[in-house]
Amino acid sequence: MTVRVSTEDFDAAAEMASLAAAGDDGFPGAVVTFTGLVRDIAGDSQITAMTLEHYPGMTEAELNRIRDEAMSRWPLSRAIIIHRIGRLMAGEQIVFVGCASPHRDAAFEAARFMMDFLKTDAPFWKAEERDGEVSWVDARESDNTARARWQQD
Amino acid sequence: MKLMYFAWMREHIGSAEETFDLPQGVATVAELVNHLREISPGHAKALSNMEVVRVAVNQSYADLETRITASDEVAFFPPVTGG
Repeated sequence: MTVRVSTEDFDAAAEMASLAAAGDDGFPGAVVTFTGLVRDIAGDSQITAMTLEHYPGMTEAELNRIRDEAMSRWPLSRAIIIHRIGRLMAGEQIVFVGCASPHRDAAFEAARFMMDFLKTDAPFWKAEERDGEVSWVDARESDNTARARWQQD
Repeated sequence: MKLMYFAWMREHIGSAEETFDLPQGVATVAELVNHLREISPGHAKALSNMEVVRVAVNQSYADLETRITASDEVAFFPPVTGG
C-alpha cells in the first residue's frame, strides 16, 4: 500500500526493501527514506507520550494528493507515505516517507517535498503529555516556510 | 448538513460531529460560522478567531468564501501538526 494511516507500527526496513525492489523498468538507482520519531523534549520540557488525532477520509485523500503531486513532479518509480495515529510513546516511530527513482536528486527532493507538504496539509493534530498534563501542539510558521519553498520555482 | 470538529475545537464544542439544519439564505462558510456561534458559548469560543481555524468542505480545503449546500460535510479544525 502506498499510503497508510494506522495505529500499528511499521517496519522501515521492509518498506525500504519494497521501494528498492525491481519494477517494470528494472531496479531504481536511488531510494531515499525518512523516518520521524516521537521526540522526548519539546522546548525545555520532557514529553512522555503524544496522541495523534486525524480526519479519517480527508487524511488519506490529502496523503494521496501529496504523493501524486510528487510522482508527477519527479521521475519516481515508487513512493510510500505512512503515518501513525493514536497514543505513541517517546522514541516510537510516527511517520515514514520514502521514494525510489533512477536519480538521487529526484529521490532526495521528492522525499523532502512529501514531508514538507504532509506537515502543513495532512489533517493530523498532536497532543503532548508532560507531567500528566495534555496540551495541543501549536502549528509552526517554519513548516509553512518549508512548504512555500516548493512554490517559488 | 454534517459538521465536524477536531483537536481543541472539538474540546471547546464538546462533540466531534453534529447535524445542523442549514438556515435559508446561508450560502457561504462565513455565513454558516455566524450562525454556529449562536449555538453555544463553546461554539462561540471555538469559532471566535477564524484566523486560527482551517475549514474543509467535503474533505477538501476551503475558505470563508466557499459556497455550501445542505448536503455538504463541513469540518473546522486548527492548523495541522502531524509529521
